Amino acid sequence: MSLTTEFTTTDGYKLTLNTGLFINNEFIEGSSTIETVNPSTGQVITAVQAAGEKEVDLAVEAAHKAYYGGWKTSNPRERARLMNKLADLVDRDMDELAHIETLDNGKPLTDAKSFDVPGLAAQLRYFAGCTDKVHGKVIETQGKLSYTIHEPIGVCGGIIPWNFPLAMLSWKIAPALAMSNTVVIKTSELTPLSALRFASLVVEAGFPPGVINIITGYGHITGDLLARHNRVSKIAFTGSTAVGRLIMKAAAETNLKKVTLELGGKSPNIIFDDVENLDEAVFWSRLGIYMNAGQVCCAGSRIYVQEGIYDQFIEKFKALAASGTVGNPYDEKTIQGPQISERQFDRVMGYIETGKSEGATCLLGGNRVGDAGYFIEPTIFTDVTPKMKIMQEEIFGPVVAISKFKDVDDVIEMAHDTDYGLAAAVFTSSLKRAITVSNRLEAGTVWVNCYNQISENTPFGGYKQSGNGRENSVYALDNYTQIKAVKINIGL
Amino acid sequence: MSADLHPITLPNGKKLEVHTHLFINNEFVPGHGPLIETINPATEEVICSVHSADESDVNAAVEAANKCFNDVWRKVAPAEKGRLVNKLADLMERDKEELAALDALDNGKAYTVARDIDITESIGCFRYFAGWADKIHGKTIDTVADRWCYTRHEALGVVGAVIPWNYPIMMAAWKFAPALATGNCVVMKTSELTPLSMLKFAALSKEAGFPAGVVNIITGYGQTTGNFLANHKMVSKMAFTGSTGTGRKIMESSSASNLKKLQLELGGKSAQIVCADADLENAAVMACGGIFNNHGQSCNAGSRILVHSSVFDKFMELFVKATDDIVLGCPFAEDTFQGPQISKAQFDKILNYVKIGQEEGATLYKGGKRWGDKGYFIEPTIFTNCKNSMRIMQEEVFGPFVGIATFETIDEAIAIANDSTYGLAGGVYTSSVDTAIRVSNEIKAGTVWVNTYDIFDQSTPFGGYKQSGFGKELGKYALQEYTQVKVVKFQLLNTGL
Repeated sequence: MSLTTEFTTTDGYKLTLNTGLFINNEFIEGSSTIETVNPSTGQVITAVQAAGEKEVDLAVEAAHKAYYGGWKTSNPRERARLMNKLADLVDRDMDELAHIETLDNGKPLTDAKSFDVPGLAAQLRYFAGCTDKVHGKVIETQGKLSYTIHEPIGVCGGIIPWNFPLAMLSWKIAPALAMSNTVVIKTSELTPLSALRFASLVVEAGFPPGVINIITGYGHITGDLLARHNRVSKIAFTGSTAVGRLIMKAAAETNLKKVTLELGGKSPNIIFDDVENLDEAVFWSRLGIYMNAGQVCCAGSRIYVQEGIYDQFIEKFKALAASGTVGNPYDEKTIQGPQISERQFDRVMGYIETGKSEGATCLLGGNRVGDAGYFIEPTIFTDVTPKMKIMQEEIFGPVVAISKFKDVDDVIEMAHDTDYGLAAAVFTSSLKRAITVSNRLEAGTVWVNCYNQISENTPFGGYKQSGNGRENSVYALDNYTQIKAVKINIGL
Repeated sequence: MSADLHPITLPNGKKLEVHTHLFINNEFVPGHGPLIETINPATEEVICSVHSADESDVNAAVEAANKCFNDVWRKVAPAEKGRLVNKLADLMERDKEELAALDALDNGKAYTVARDIDITESIGCFRYFAGWADKIHGKTIDTVADRWCYTRHEALGVVGAVIPWNYPIMMAAWKFAPALATGNCVVMKTSELTPLSMLKFAALSKEAGFPAGVVNIITGYGQTTGNFLANHKMVSKMAFTGSTGTGRKIMESSSASNLKKLQLELGGKSAQIVCADADLENAAVMACGGIFNNHGQSCNAGSRILVHSSVFDKFMELFVKATDDIVLGCPFAEDTFQGPQISKAQFDKILNYVKIGQEEGATLYKGGKRWGDKGYFIEPTIFTNCKNSMRIMQEEVFGPFVGIATFETIDEAIAIANDSTYGLAGGVYTSSVDTAIRVSNEIKAGTVWVNTYDIFDQSTPFGGYKQSGFGKELGKYALQEYTQVKVVKFQLLNTGL
């Protein structure tokens, strides 16, 4: 059976897609197949192999064998060389990878080329630079030589979402590989294609078989198998809070594997009336919610505007939100593509209905765009109250709720009225305000006078029910390390 | 006025063109100092003449570096700096053979050693520090509630570097790699004895895409060119590797000029301790390399060997056997391990120490004379019956010359090892964990090797105690040599939120 397929995109770009499971440096058949749909058109692209119990076992065994077969004790310089080589290949095939990302996920091609694919290369390079910089401590103790070693964990599982397929893949594999773990990654069944193309580059770069394994399947089948596998020593999950709970439960019920979770958010974006430049605040706020069609865990989905500038902000924000082109992601003018799937589309439209029925005002949007694909207009709700569903629950679409606030204590209380704590933003020209408000906000990332600035060298992760553990930067290495203390008796 | 490029033919028949001018602001420009002949120490013949830098050239280089730092390099993103350093490493990999050949020709070290150790380690050094470029972190520091404090680890600006002739490319790499990764611009003076390989490196730095003024490479005499650099008020730091005598002068220059920061990697008289429970076969081979690697021209050479009296005879038998296996010869011959000493001056100095050793009453056990009749080759030389107070046990000879003494107790060995004004390195050979840890704890040196010698990694620091200098090269520790710490403290007014 062929595990590749040819596909030509609507902008005429020819692709050869891999459709197998990538295990032990080979593409193999799975237990079943899953169709992946182009969300811009609603049409099926192709079917990919999905992993059942047999294939999950194969992948984990391959990773286990590779770990103990040399990767655990590999020369850090060699790991760095391989990771840098892989990044070079990503750069070389940037265009193709970006096209596959846009095809499968629907994000504008300009975004895939400027953020997603470069982000993948940047992560690999950043962590390539870490491989030979793993330091324990020597700790002065009487009569003993005491020191710590920072060791890898073993086979690390990763379950990644569909909103930034390649970027999310890199966030999981880069720090894991740097610390000489091996990985089994389950991609989302909604966006399996770009990771499978990347898998060919893994072979070309020269990684030993079994170090990186990429499979797909449904979360409740393949993901569950991985989360429960007794030879997987750690699982990293990015996705919804609901599924995060299941992963934690699965680990608790099996081998107590280490768990890190990067979950949902309902991040507050706070605009003070002393904002330096209102147009800039509007620009960032729009990016904060409508980027990636609102399918961003740290989206600024609740905007709080101080009374004095509320009307001005609303007028400017509404105008800017309405002005963006929503449509064909291959078109350079497009800034917003479709929602990922019919199910997500229905879910977002459902929240829009809920918002209206809860009594909020739909100031802008609220409708489908076009009649093919899953496009939704940038949508604004005002006249919202804190306990409304659209203020508490993560919508994960281009829907923002805007509220007014009086003063800083008032807005911080409202900002914290959530189970989430992934990110937040503060717009102000006051230094004191910028620092004190950032210090007070219960969130893993606080942006000041910007939004959604995420890079490989600063940590990212949530407070409260937005998760635990940090990704990116040297902090990420902690997730893939276990610490051993050695104490040698030399005079006790 | 001679052209920059000069054709040469290597002893293996290969033809090359070498640069002979100064490299300033991404250009090869003529120098205004005297022309300096660089000599092939294996044949005593002149290879070619290179330009040297006078005060105006040093000024031009420093000004180019300073301008570049302020206008350009400071603003380049850290990850991009790392990428450029990695690119430079890629180009060195590509031109590995040429770089190795130039070091072998100019310095006299074996070509295979230059290629497999010097150049390979240098490339690794650049790759290691490339990875640090975007990971230079300050801290936020909690003090009191209405204050917010953090530190920045900033580049110094223009770094001056003066390097020796014993590892021409590797000594340069140890300075350039951390300096560039932390965002500095560099003016390096190479040794007038070995200027050629770094001029090739200069061309590679331009090819890699470094902005003009980041990398500047000049050569000249220490007392002139080096002195101008050490006294220049726009140079924020001097990194120096060389003799303790010159290190003092550089410290004086810093004091007289702008109190520039200093890092000195100076001489050594490191002791290798062979215990009664050592694996003697291993110890003999390692100790042999410890002194005779690089023809003894290493600051960290294990030039005193202290052997427990009970194993002295057996150790000597094995040590002499290992020494006998050393092949001297033309650096470009495949099986050559030891080439010539760098120059006539060094050659004379070492042979003079043979005389001194004999006069002091030590026993010339082996060697002590010239090898062959052309080139500055000296036989591996062993003195026994040495007392630690002898000049040959206190002064750095910097040649294939070792002094051996015996000891009865570990405490005695430690005391002898520490009885030196130097403290660069040391070694201990033992099969006991207790002894290994105790001795390495007690030795006053910056590196202690256990059951090995002369092993380097990019990630472990190197630098001396006592008069072997201060400051660390390699490893994360090197980063603090090339950065300065600023603390920023915000007072938050009118708090009461």
